[in-house]
Amino acid sequence: MSEGLVRILDPDGKVLEGQKVPSVNRKDLLRLYRVMLLNRRIDERMITLQRQGRIGFYVGSMGEEASIIGSAFALKPKDWIIPCYRELGAALLRGFPLFDLCCQLFGNAQDHIKGRQMPNHYASWKLRFGSISSPVGNQIPHATGIGLAARLTGSKDVALVFFGDGATSEGDFHVALNFAGVYKTSTIFLCRNNQWAISVPRQLQTASRSLAEKAAAYNIEGVEVDGNDILAVYSVTREAADRARRGEGATLIEAVTYRQGAHSTSDDPRVYRDEKEVQEWIKKDPISRFRSYLIKDGAWSEAKDASLEEEIKNEIEVALKKAEEIGPPSIDTMFEDVLDTVPWNLEEQREELRASQEHESVQQ
Amino acid sequence: MPTINIIQAVNDALRTEMKRDDRVVVMGEDVGKFGGVFRATQGLFQEFGGDRVFDTPLAEAGIIGSAIGMAMYGMRPVPEIQFVDFIYPAFDQIVNEAAKMRYRSGGQFTCPMVIRAPSGGGIKGGHYHSQSPEAYFIHTAGLKVVMPSNPYDIKGLLIASIRDDNPVIFLEPKRLYRAARGEVPEEEYVIELGKAKVVREGEDITIVTYGAMVQVALEAAEAAAEEDQTSVEVIDMRTLLPFDIDTVIASVKKTSRVVIVHEAPKTCGFGAELSASIGERALLHLQAPILRVAGFDTPFPYTFEQDYLPDETRIRKALSDGMNF
Repeated sequence: MSEGLVRILDPDGKVLEGQKVPSVNRKDLLRLYRVMLLNRRIDERMITLQRQGRIGFYVGSMGEEASIIGSAFALKPKDWIIPCYRELGAALLRGFPLFDLCCQLFGNAQDHIKGRQMPNHYASWKLRFGSISSPVGNQIPHATGIGLAARLTGSKDVALVFFGDGATSEGDFHVALNFAGVYKTSTIFLCRNNQWAISVPRQLQTASRSLAEKAAAYNIEGVEVDGNDILAVYSVTREAADRARRGEGATLIEAVTYRQGAHSTSDDPRVYRDEKEVQEWIKKDPISRFRSYLIKDGAWSEAKDASLEEEIKNEIEVALKKAEEIGPPSIDTMFEDVLDTVPWNLEEQREELRASQEHESVQQ
Repeated sequence: MPTINIIQAVNDALRTEMKRDDRVVVMGEDVGKFGGVFRATQGLFQEFGGDRVFDTPLAEAGIIGSAIGMAMYGMRPVPEIQFVDFIYPAFDQIVNEAAKMRYRSGGQFTCPMVIRAPSGGGIKGGHYHSQSPEAYFIHTAGLKVVMPSNPYDIKGLLIASIRDDNPVIFLEPKRLYRAARGEVPEEEYVIELGKAKVVREGEDITIVTYGAMVQVALEAAEAAAEEDQTSVEVIDMRTLLPFDIDTVIASVKKTSRVVIVHEAPKTCGFGAELSASIGERALLHLQAPILRVAGFDTPFPYTFEQDYLPDETRIRKALSDGMNF
């Protein structure tokens, strides 16, 4: 296990002494920044939308964008991302259209998952961005299986799986790391340690000194990284991916970060945590840190930032407006995709629903 | 045609599919070099190597959870759960993940895999080596559930299950592993999932059953024919989800009397679903109440195992009650 927290930028976006900035071209740096900002503005906008009652629920990733986007950036397009439910930034980075996101939030007729799940549970086969399940930690062993399948079929594909600090208490976390250790799977376990599992603080999840140190028990690599430093997150994830492709097995990365917002729109963190703590972490915000770095580097300016903000705002409004006008999927689709074909019992139930709705409309 | 037992038929089906399709891999506790505690995977490790047949750490959630990822990636894993009684640590992975992957992703991701598990009592295994938990899985949207009763069906149904694009729970009647023998063709063949089979034709009363109970039901039917001159039809359901309601209803319309037999506990067992489905479709054809002979609503007992399991006596009693109603 590597010693200490890996960090390249200080909270003001200055490169720390002795640290090497990973080689990323300017175009990509600006793309990363754009996706971070887009992610933040989408989150803010959708939370408002939920408050207005236009969508039922929302989960944001405010404060955790660097850990999500920086790690996803370290992958190749064919690699797999197995998300938890806060990884919008990773999907956006891969090209998941904002319009598709909006359709999923509304569960409308153009939602790729056909209105089957709550907001934030989008999936994209095309982007190798896995299907989201709400129970914490369930997805972790899937990434072990994907990393194992890659190894068994002689492919260089890597699976990156996201989860929070709370999920490290689940059995699925431990079986996934154990299997990954035994089979040396091509898996990167990315724990976003955002300090809070709804209202339960990190120190009540585990007595371990760090989450990364749990890797030692399974004899896989463990790394602790400043999760608010996108360059550091990219750098350690890239190393983990390279290691996996060399057949050297899995890595557990603990990205130390902070959930600046509520767990979800159903939560009120003022009840259980000190606002001062939140303010301390906001000073270490990943987006402003990266912005300062880019400005110092000469790649960005306040003026460009203002026009990007305007562009993003319009983009969100256009996508939202277009998606909100689309009606729900056909009710027939409710009975599809349970199995590959619709069996007799579901066909019968579909008929039953149809008949009762016709009966109702006749009565009205 | 060679005569083989159920365990050999499982082995034959696995070997057939592994030869045919590189994506098929066998994984589980002790399935590698050792060939499985029941020897279902014997020789496969030696024939196909450690990348196609491998032992796993002792963690059912890890076995199924990893298999899900492998299936998503495009492989066809056939994980073995050593005894179905040990499947519960993987319940979340089966019910919330494997079974829901297709639906919740709008059909984008699928999870084709066959979870094989020895099931049922009769081997002096007590509560933890004897359970019949099929109802949990029949109650789960997104799964298929299969439970064959003889070597011929095992081979054809296991091959069909491996080729199926859905997650399949494949329950093997372990007390018949070596006891049930039959002729099985050496070549490959499939038995379509979702199709029951009338294994004994009769006129007076129908027994609907599956798994190890098929043999017991057939014996009871023979005895009833000889001693009571009752002509009993016996249906082997073979697939429990989606189940073959048409074959059941056709028989009920012919005989107008039904006895459902299963080892699993009575309350909310598969028999309850069958009974309700028959009632919905054929009430006016019935001359007697639908009767159930099932395991009791107790944990599976050790000493009283033979009293717990439906036997010829209890089935004969139900047949007689049905006939004399």
